[in-house]
Amino acid sequence: MDTRIQILALIATGVLLFIVLELVRRRRLQERYALLWLVSTVFLLILAAWRDALTKVADLVGIAYPPNALFFLAFAAILVVLLHFSVVISRLSDQTKILAQRLAMLDERLRRQEAPVLLEAEGEPEPEPEPEPLTARRFSPR
Amino acid sequence: VAELAEAPAPPRDAVLAQIAGLRRIAIVPALNEEQTVGRVIEEIRAFDPGFDIVVVDDGSTDRTAGLAADLGAHVLRLPFNLGIGGAVQTGYRFAFERAYDIAVQVDGDGQHDPGEIARLEAAMRKDPSVDMVCGSRFMTGERAYPAPISRRTGIHLFAFLLSRFIRERVSDPTSGFRLYNRRAIDLFARDYPHDYPEVEAVLMLHHHRLRMTEVPVRMYSRGGGVSSIGAGKSAYYMIKVLLALFVGLARARPVVEPGDRAPVTAEHGI
Repeated sequence: MDTRIQILALIATGVLLFIVLELVRRRRLQERYALLWLVSTVFLLILAAWRDALTKVADLVGIAYPPNALFFLAFAAILVVLLHFSVVISRLSDQTKILAQRLAMLDERLRRQEAPVLLEAEGEPEPEPEPEPLTARRFSPR
Repeated sequence: VAELAEAPAPPRDAVLAQIAGLRRIAIVPALNEEQTVGRVIEEIRAFDPGFDIVVVDDGSTDRTAGLAADLGAHVLRLPFNLGIGGAVQTGYRFAFERAYDIAVQVDGDGQHDPGEIARLEAAMRKDPSVDMVCGSRFMTGERAYPAPISRRTGIHLFAFLLSRFIRERVSDPTSGFRLYNRRAIDLFARDYPHDYPEVEAVLMLHHHRLRMTEVPVRMYSRGGGVSSIGAGKSAYYMIKVLLALFVGLARARPVVEPGDRAPVTAEHGI
């Protein structure tokens, strides 16, 4: 392998590592999500620095053409990252749903309190029972 | 008015007397239903003035929320569209937190006849072990339910599968005309399926050892507005619900303690 391409690869992965760390430092990227990227960047760095690594790995699993091993590994890593994102998105949308529901209920309560005249026009306001927090009893056995 | 094959609706006054002491609420999910939501509210009041009404506005862009509020209903304005599952669950949470004893779900598009709440109520009073009563459009003798053949096929497929899964006859698992007691409100306030929830909800109910029954009701074509299920979405609907059903079979079941007939909490592991 040409030394120039090795230097280029080292610089590129170094830049990637720097960008990830910088994003974390500026709080644009949370540590928990940075971890996946850091691991894959370090992995790339190892491949770039240690010339024979890829050939050895390819030999080990029986891939004739070493770059294919690289493609395979990269593909697998990206799949894992994407799956992780889908899980995160699902959780976020769940949390967003709960927030929207809470917001709608608080909004209703507030509007009722701010428009007492309207209530009286319809008859005496009913005594409302103390709201029961839903989360407090979650997953507690009956 | 066409006759129902089954027994006539129970006398309204008798039903009302039985539920007089209970805190009751009607949950009306609505998305851009300004043409019908007012009529639905008035019909519920006409049936039983003791029903509190909560309209869940799932991000309407028309005057749905304002109209409902002017009529004195509670209006839960969702800041953006959550889909029918998230919307009605907001209603259950509301009912749960305000300690309502019974809740009835009536669609805001006018396809359910609030006068038939009496049928649902009567079924629940008759058998106190029942936690949810569904209005079924397929138990009437009429074959005239106005729906495209594709949707009816889907409904019957779900009905067939669900009946096998829960070993009890379910004829109309997609019906959104449902009456819940406190236990069912409690369960669904905690956990309710997302996109097309009704079918999955039946399975959930069964897994939590709650019971349901069906009564015949009539359903009408929409009184106005646009259905949230377009033709293109039907296929997605089918596949999504089928997936949900089979995943639901493998999901965590509630742990039943001896003597504990119907817990609504679940632990992981089958």
